[in-house]
Amino acid sequence: MKAPLITDTTLRDGSHAMRHQYTLEHAKNIVAALDKAGVPVLEVTHGDGLGGSSIQYGFSLVNEMDIIETAVQTATQAKIAALLLPGIGTRKELQEAVARGIKVVRIATHCTEADVSEQHFGMAKKMGLETVGFLMMSHMRPPEFLVEQAKLMESYGADCVYVVDSAGAMLPHQAADRVKALKDALSVEVGFHAHNNLGLAIGNTLAAVQAGADKIDGTLRGLGAGAGNAATELIAAVLDKMDLNPGVDVFGLMDAAEFVLAPVMPFQPIPDRDSIAIGYAGVYSTFLLHAKRLGAEHHIDPRDILVELGRRQAVAGQEDWILDVTLDMAREKNGA
Amino acid sequence: MTTNGQTGTDTVKVAILGSGNIGSDLMFKLMKQPGHMELAMLAGIDPESDGLTRARDLGIGASAEGIKAVLADPDLKIVFDATSAYAHVRHAKALREAGRIAIDLTPAARGPYVVPPANLNAHLDEVNVNLITCGGQATIPLAYAVSRVTPVDYAEMVSTVSSVSAGPGTRQNIDEFTFTTARGLEVIGGAKKGKAIIILNPADPPIMMRNTVYVMPAANDIDEQAITDSVNRMVADVQEYVPGYRLKNGPLFEQRSTAQGPRTIVSMLLEVTGAGDWLPPYAGNLDIMTASARRVGEVFAQKLLAEATTTEVTA
Repeated sequence: MKAPLITDTTLRDGSHAMRHQYTLEHAKNIVAALDKAGVPVLEVTHGDGLGGSSIQYGFSLVNEMDIIETAVQTATQAKIAALLLPGIGTRKELQEAVARGIKVVRIATHCTEADVSEQHFGMAKKMGLETVGFLMMSHMRPPEFLVEQAKLMESYGADCVYVVDSAGAMLPHQAADRVKALKDALSVEVGFHAHNNLGLAIGNTLAAVQAGADKIDGTLRGLGAGAGNAATELIAAVLDKMDLNPGVDVFGLMDAAEFVLAPVMPFQPIPDRDSIAIGYAGVYSTFLLHAKRLGAEHHIDPRDILVELGRRQAVAGQEDWILDVTLDMAREKNGA
Repeated sequence: MTTNGQTGTDTVKVAILGSGNIGSDLMFKLMKQPGHMELAMLAGIDPESDGLTRARDLGIGASAEGIKAVLADPDLKIVFDATSAYAHVRHAKALREAGRIAIDLTPAARGPYVVPPANLNAHLDEVNVNLITCGGQATIPLAYAVSRVTPVDYAEMVSTVSSVSAGPGTRQNIDEFTFTTARGLEVIGGAKKGKAIIILNPADPPIMMRNTVYVMPAANDIDEQAITDSVNRMVADVQEYVPGYRLKNGPLFEQRSTAQGPRTIVSMLLEVTGAGDWLPPYAGNLDIMTASARRVGEVFAQKLLAEATTTEVTA
């Protein structure tokens, strides 16, 4: 087994839990700590990727391009990455992010829709970026199906393809089976991105590493959508104990989580009742805070909203359906 | 102009370029509800295409000669282009030179954008009009319905379509969908700034086309009743030519936090069920394009007929 490379996405997936309220000072401090601890790639973007600042997903407090630029200026060894979801962000935002200094782009599609990313991979390679494909909501399809989608991304120019457990719905053997299937079929690297809705973020990440994952994702304190992600400092400690430390400073990451991130976190994501419901029903982790807010406003149990979204097979980005489901339920409840 | 001897109603001969799904669906719509149009030709470029066979079976002139066949018949006054943006650039020039009216269903945008209930009447002197995008046809009317009541700073639309109804053209040019639709929200929808998001959903059975429109008026204190009335009137206007167009929820008025402080947001959630003329009902995204095209063609046909009558009288 070889040591996997860690990508930290505190400043991207963590943006969901922060309700996109990161400031330049937050970015500077977080990047400085992660960079010093030796994390090689840091993802910095609105939670829903470039161009995600919107009514649908929540407006950013600070323009993500300025946050990217601050991150680039702060980092000494780490490469700064951005996330792009075709259909939300476009090549215009990608060009701007490149101008601000990103070196890596992670291009995400729903796990059945990889062919919408061809244009963006092509452009990213032309601009000399390192490219990562993100197959979101990978729990919804079996390994052999994901292989076909991953091969499409490989053919478009992906240097690595991730199995992304956006709903935190996978069990360890499911994470391992998917990673292994991609490892066997692709000639490029394979990665794994976890969410902790069923309390399995670290367990699934280890299963992915044992199945051959080349890259894994973490966030400090697990700060991210739903019950959050695999905590970067925990991944580091565990990999170190397995003699698989990829060259990061374990104590430095523990300090970064405790003294840099924790004081600015609005709350500690945990697998609470509604987050478990997300993992259990297999819906997009990002729906959590939207469902909590709308549930409170319209007097509907957020868990009922989330389970109904699972039944309707909602995918990443469909935050407007949370409002739709809530209004449908409120109408039914009021007998109108 | 031709006079239909059997019914005695005046009609204008029209043609469809493109024998794929969109061209076929439009063909069935024009057969079902011809109005003042007589569909005289479906022209494709693939002699083996199912669309051309279907046209022949329906007794409609079918040609695999594409634009050449259309240009060869001077009676074909209105031409619907359901090919591709790339092909339409060439078609637009040829049709303009031949004095034909082009109704463009591709994203080529050689002529002004039109959304029938918002601005079609302003562009009846044009020889080429563009139908923007499916999501644009669905959502721009509602942004317009708000902006005709109160000034709008920002309008955002989210279109969710079933994966099976998104063809390779949409998939390989997904950025063009967002650019074009956002521009339409500004130019016709009346927003200072527009934003568009498109999501493909692979659920089985396929979902109906869903669209959400969020509008941020310039003022926080707005006349909610006037906006609601305007939106309901607009929905009724669109339903006249897209029967499956339905406002499922809203308009909902709420305060949301933004970087500029709390702002009033108007949310409107739409569902579009296709008429099932050729494509299945879940493909409401394609249905609204062909239904809008038919509407635009009908208005142009009536205008041509009115002009012909005037010419006869003055001659």
